[in-house]
Amino acid sequence: MDKDIIKVNDLIVAYDDEPAIWHLNMALKENSITAIVGPNGAGKSTLIKSIMQLIKPVSGEVWINGSKSRKALKEIAYVPQKGEVNWDFPTTVLDVVMMGRYVHKGWLKRPNKKDREIAMSALRVMKMEAFRNRQISELSGGQRQRVFLARAICQNAGIYIMDEPLQGIDITTEKLIIKTIKSLQQEGKTFLIVHHNLDTVEEYFDHAVIMNKSVIAAGDIQDVWTKENIDKAYMEMGAG
Amino acid sequence: MIEVLIVLIIASLATSILGVFLVLRNQAMTTDAISHTILLGIVLAFFITQDIRSPLLIIGAALVGVLTVYLIQLINQTDLIKNDASIGIVFTALFALAVILISRYADHVHLDIDVVIAGEVLFAPLNRIEVFGFSIPRALWQLGILLIVNGAFVALFYKELKVSSFDPKFAYVIGFSTTLIYYMLMTLVSITAVAAFDAVGAILVINFFVAPVLTAYLIVKRLDHLIYLTALFAVLNSTLGYLIGYNLDLSMSGATASVAFIIFTIVFLFKPDGYIVLKIKKRRQRKEFMHAMILMLMNEDEHETVTPGEISRHFSLTEPETKKQLETLEVEGYVTRAEDRYRLTVRGEEFTHYSRIKYGLKAH
Ligand SMILES: Nc1ncnc2c1ncn2[C@@H]1O[C@H](COP(=O)(O)OP(=O)(O)O)[C@@H](O)[C@H]1O
Ligand SMILES: [Mg+2]
Repeated sequence: MDKDIIKVNDLIVAYDDEPAIWHLNMALKENSITAIVGPNGAGKSTLIKSIMQLIKPVSGEVWINGSKSRKALKEIAYVPQKGEVNWDFPTTVLDVVMMGRYVHKGWLKRPNKKDREIAMSALRVMKMEAFRNRQISELSGGQRQRVFLARAICQNAGIYIMDEPLQGIDITTEKLIIKTIKSLQQEGKTFLIVHHNLDTVEEYFDHAVIMNKSVIAAGDIQDVWTKENIDKAYMEMGAG
Repeated sequence: MIEVLIVLIIASLATSILGVFLVLRNQAMTTDAISHTILLGIVLAFFITQDIRSPLLIIGAALVGVLTVYLIQLINQTDLIKNDASIGIVFTALFALAVILISRYADHVHLDIDVVIAGEVLFAPLNRIEVFGFSIPRALWQLGILLIVNGAFVALFYKELKVSSFDPKFAYVIGFSTTLIYYMLMTLVSITAVAAFDAVGAILVINFFVAPVLTAYLIVKRLDHLIYLTALFAVLNSTLGYLIGYNLDLSMSGATASVAFIIFTIVFLFKPDGYIVLKIKKRRQRKEFMHAMILMLMNEDEHETVTPGEISRHFSLTEPETKKQLETLEVEGYVTRAEDRYRLTVRGEEFTHYSRIKYGLKAH
């Protein structure tokens, strides 16, 4: 658990002239389940998008497995914040999960029977196999989140990065997702998850990054999850 | 005349197969802009070649089409104005420039604005070329090639088109260039729009690109089905448009566009979860519920036998309505009648039992 699988060095990200992330440094420990915690507008989603190279930073670096290239992203399964896809798209649950296999196919090659089997077993893990032929618009919020986690599993990546996967879903789905994450950790996977519910941080995570534009505290959950650190993050809103 | 129909069908198929992805990406307005601004490319290429038949015209059109897409995105990135406004600006600027250039410098040649804008498929067979010894309409030759190219593009890049239309960020992260896919698509849209000009004109080309897709989109829930059904509606629209245009002596592309609208409306109203079907379903549900309520009332001891009058007072129904309900129930064997009093049959009693379960009511 000692290797840093992702490293962020002195990152600055701005929207126009509004800095959203300010001199941020952090590291993601391999095989950890790490929470990113901070108030609304703290720059959590911006940090994740910068790691995924979806936003160009003003300055600073992101290293993934010791590499800065775009290829390194293929090692990451990314689950975006809700509502970032076209839910009316004519596609079925199995179709969406199968997209996780595209990363191993490259241009032009089609997924085959093997990929389909992998997709089906990912659906089984998330208890969604009965819904495989449903159109995605017919799913509830929790079911949608399960489908996206199944897609991530299907990708068979080493690192999972998720933006508020537990926001607005039913308790059954929440428990199932956490159980799945813990068992994937046993298989050696690493997780970086934006989390909004302060009451469950200690139960679900073993590491945390508490942030508000820059990092307030980061490390082992026992060391960083203190009232003082949390207050600091939530009181300093807008202070920069 | 059959050649006219074939040109219309091929134009319809070549445009709408790309239209599937234009609709899914909300690019209908951009397509409308392209189908007008490429006129500028045609004009500029014409000035260079002085030949209205030169293939350079198509290249010019494709370049301006891509330029249109690029300019719209550039203005969008400034975040100063909304997407539809930037489409409007680019659209009008380039199109106006083309119209000015034509009327100022190209008045004497056959760059007839009316034909370019309105299109006339009836003229298509007049302009012919020799292919492998056969004389065929030039429009048919061009559109036929484009149908094959567009079909191959969608078949080859099916997975890339799908993932980048559904979830562009994910597509980028897993290593696909969404920009490349987008520009390939829009280049083909530009070229196809030029080729379709002759047949359908600039104004209606947008209808050919998106109308069959929008109709099919009402019904299906899978992308491959959407493509097949779109092709079906494309053929249907243009065939009916041809027949109507031919018999009533109307513009064929205009007739096709009108047919497309009518068919869309019909599908919208009558599709499985559409307006009409929902209304019918609701009515049937209400009727079934009323039946169940009447039978349940008759299952109570104090109402073992009832007259239509009692029932109509109990549920505040009109007498004729009540009579109709009871007659139906009698025909279906749930009640029997002795003079003017009705009572439950065994079958009726069973039915009340299942109704209670169905509507979640507690057992009697
Ligand atoms: N696309 C954008 N354009 C302009 N400002 C943005 C954009 N996205 C986020 N912001 C701003 O950047 C700050 C950080 O946002 P975000 O990273 O979404 O925070 P969080 O995910 O922690 O709630 C907020 O003040 C937000 O308003
Ligand atoms: Mg966020």
